[in-house]
Amino acid sequence: MTAPALAARGLSKSFGGLKAVDALTIDVPHGALYGLIGPNGAGKTTVFNLLTGVYTPDAGTVSVGGALMTGKKPSDIARAGMVRTFQNIRLFGDLTVLDNVRIAAGVRARAGMFRSLLRTPLYLREEAEIRARSRHLLDVLGIGHRADEVAKSLPYGDQRRLEIARALATQPKVLLLDEPVAGMNTGEKQAMRGLIQLLREQFDVSILLIEHDMGLVMDICEHITVIDHGVTIAQGEPAAIQSDPAVIEAYLGVPDDLAAADQEGG
Amino acid sequence: MTKFVSICIQTLTLGSLYALIALGYTLVYGILRFINFAHSDVVTFGAWIAFVVAGALGWAGTGSPVFAMPVILALAMGAAALLGFSIERLAYRPLRRAPRLNVLITAIGVSLLLQNAGQLDYLFGTQPQRMPRLLSEAPLFTIADVRVPTVDVVLVLLAAVLVVALQWLVFRTKLGRSMRAVSWNDQTAALMGIPVDRVVSITFMIGSAMAAAGGVLYGLKYRQLNQTADAVWVLLGLKAFVAAVVGGIGNVRGAVGGAFLLAGVEMFAAAYRTPQLRDVYVFGVLIAVLLFLPAGLFGKATVEKV
Amino acid sequence: MAEAASAPRPVASPGFGGAVARSLWPILVGFALAYAIQMALAPMLPDFYGKLLVDIGIAIVLGVSLGIVNGFAGQFSLGHAGFMAIGGYTAAAIVYYGSIKLFGTKAIYGGSLGPGELLLLAGCIAGGLLAAAAGWLVGLPSLRLSGDYLAIVTLGFGEIVRVLLQQTDDVVVAQAKAEATDWWRLLDNLGGGLGFIGGPRYIDAKNPFWVWLVVVVVCLVAYRMKYSNRGRQLLAVRENEIAAEAMGIRTTRAKVSAFMWSAFFAGVGGGLYAHELGNSLRPADLGFQKSIDIVIIVVLGGMGSISGVCIAAVAVTLLPEVFRSFSEYRMIVYALALILMMILRPQGLLGVKELWEVEWRDVGRSIGALPAWLGRAPGRAVAWLGGVGRDLARLPARVVSVFTGRDPDDEEGDA
Repeated sequence: MTAPALAARGLSKSFGGLKAVDALTIDVPHGALYGLIGPNGAGKTTVFNLLTGVYTPDAGTVSVGGALMTGKKPSDIARAGMVRTFQNIRLFGDLTVLDNVRIAAGVRARAGMFRSLLRTPLYLREEAEIRARSRHLLDVLGIGHRADEVAKSLPYGDQRRLEIARALATQPKVLLLDEPVAGMNTGEKQAMRGLIQLLREQFDVSILLIEHDMGLVMDICEHITVIDHGVTIAQGEPAAIQSDPAVIEAYLGVPDDLAAADQEGG
Repeated sequence: MTKFVSICIQTLTLGSLYALIALGYTLVYGILRFINFAHSDVVTFGAWIAFVVAGALGWAGTGSPVFAMPVILALAMGAAALLGFSIERLAYRPLRRAPRLNVLITAIGVSLLLQNAGQLDYLFGTQPQRMPRLLSEAPLFTIADVRVPTVDVVLVLLAAVLVVALQWLVFRTKLGRSMRAVSWNDQTAALMGIPVDRVVSITFMIGSAMAAAGGVLYGLKYRQLNQTADAVWVLLGLKAFVAAVVGGIGNVRGAVGGAFLLAGVEMFAAAYRTPQLRDVYVFGVLIAVLLFLPAGLFGKATVEKV
Repeated sequence: MAEAASAPRPVASPGFGGAVARSLWPILVGFALAYAIQMALAPMLPDFYGKLLVDIGIAIVLGVSLGIVNGFAGQFSLGHAGFMAIGGYTAAAIVYYGSIKLFGTKAIYGGSLGPGELLLLAGCIAGGLLAAAAGWLVGLPSLRLSGDYLAIVTLGFGEIVRVLLQQTDDVVVAQAKAEATDWWRLLDNLGGGLGFIGGPRYIDAKNPFWVWLVVVVVCLVAYRMKYSNRGRQLLAVRENEIAAEAMGIRTTRAKVSAFMWSAFFAGVGGGLYAHELGNSLRPADLGFQKSIDIVIIVVLGGMGSISGVCIAAVAVTLLPEVFRSFSEYRMIVYALALILMMILRPQGLLGVKELWEVEWRDVGRSIGALPAWLGRAPGRAVAWLGGVGRDLARLPARVVSVFTGRDPDDEEGDA
């Protein structure tokens, strides 16, 4: 039995007495599509910040492929193979689409500053490889024709795609998607759903997906954890989740469109 | 023993001075998360305005009335408050949502503008001046053979009064609650019906008035008024800023603590080590604090929003 | 400029010689260019313009070097003159005392590319390395924190350098005494507040060679950095530090590295400055004001644009010569330019773009829109100032309202 792609054990974090995440335990198996859902303010984004090292957990551990990540810096966790996208899109706005992806694709390049300045053969080889890989990714994500545009000028949906392309460029083992369909219409949601499934097959990556939109998660995820106010209220397969009384109660009285308009902060 | 007591008293005076200036840095940083580079120039302007007012009211010579000092101080603080208001309104507010680097550069631009505009002939001119002696330098009392001049006593007392008043303002009034709300999250504060722009304006005015008080007292104590672009002022502001950082920037009580700590380091190092290197010690403290306690001694860690 | 790296063409193994040639050919071109300036251009120019040519070169070196940390990595340093001073004094000490020890003279020694000039080169490089080391020392604590701290710490750093240099002893003028003293004892004889006087001046209106060689090198380094993987990582840090860190970029390390490169070339620039005829190497001249001069070049030219910084360096060097009679207003104009630039065009003249990347059609459109904009400007300025005036008039009532809780102008939101 190999270690799961991503394992969180008893993860907890409080802010000034308020427990944002309480003893969260999840196991994302290799190649899985795992959903983390909950109503707004449930602490979903805080979970991502804990997993990726932005916050240090008060208690609990995070490991990627069996290697302990707790206490490491976000950059080291990304290098170890777990990257994320951001709910409130964080692109390198003034740079081109291609450069956005190239930056991520070159994170593990061996040529340092001196070799870059001297343009040694190793540097030139890596630079060509980075460029080719980035182009390919943009094509897969369907934004290849926009490679030379400035990132912040892209339409909203394409900015989300670019975020995913950039994350994939680091060649991750685990991909964390923070509300990838937030603010999208039905057609765009359909396209994104297809894309997420395609990514898992093409890139051999395990995906942990945050959503408050139950529909999408129920459709594509094999495993789901539901949290509310930081507490895990249900865990299991979609069918079981759907009929869980605790989940229904947590979602009751929160109309979906209202929830969508008011994005979760933090 | 005499030397030690004397240095303690000097620490107290210098610390009070730093505290007055540091509070302006910390208030603005607490609310807007940026370093108001022009703050040290408000100090300068406060001192120079006091000098000009004293001249205009005919109190430049000796034998000025007892109420001269409070009147001049009040006028300088009022003028500086208006200056602070205008700076924020004209230069900083258009950039409230801009990247921090741009705001920082604007602040430096404002600082340069004040420094060099102040040297124009029809403002304060290019010559250093001497502040009129509004407070007696005769000793008020003596502790352990150290004579304590009136000006030092007034400085410390006034600083104490202003700091206590500010404490009350920030922690006991509606305005203070609004300030703390804006400092926590200005957008949420706006949604809660707090007039953010107004709170920011008033914060700038308070900080500037305290800076002017610092400037006037500096002038009364050291008498020498250098030209507005002189490095002395920059250094004074810089040390006050270091005090704010050492105390934990954004933290009002920390700024006061940091000011006295820094003044102590500066004075004792100057007295017992190399006097010429006092500034080096001050920045040594800054770098040590940044290395080991980035949130300052009294702490106000801020987590960046993700 | 070369496009070798960004082209996707497969890289065939060119052999060692080919690789070296591809790596270093711009340096040879730069050498030829600097030599041409020295041999053809400089002799033709009157001394006044020749000195301006040198001054422009040094301004470019300082501006482009600050652009590495400010423009690329988005960090703000106010201590560039401090690094310049470290480099300048190191180079001056090496050249002056070195000439005495090695050549037995403190005058200019050897001809073009002669031993004296090579000593100058060594001095500049040593000065740059020492400045880079200082950059590491200053950058490591402050670059872990948010950008504002670097500004303050570097400002303090510049002052410390100035104070420390003022504490040094007089330059040893007597040659015999300098010869008799151990070289490491001479390191404290840097002239104090009076400045380092008496060193040989290898750079003047007729000898711009070294300055322009360094100009080519620093521009080449900045260019290759900007268009390389490492340079893009710096840009990423500037654009969004949180995202950069989340993608696996070690942001602190990247920032410190940019800071050290910047400091290195500032040090080299300081070494050149120290050996230019007519410049005094005094602590007071390399203080806060000098740092601000360099910041202005970078901000006006465009944070991240090498060619923009070069243009601004030329303009900022020439303008005071043109407007000599307005010298007291010079800094006021700069200050206003900084503020207005931040409000109207925060990215600077060219922004991140280089001259050859600018879409001239957009520029044309902007220029075309200028008259209309200028026509509206007075009205807008009046409205802006009017708003300030109105706010001022309401101020007393508002101050009171904050304490009483009643709102005097609740019905109308703040402008």
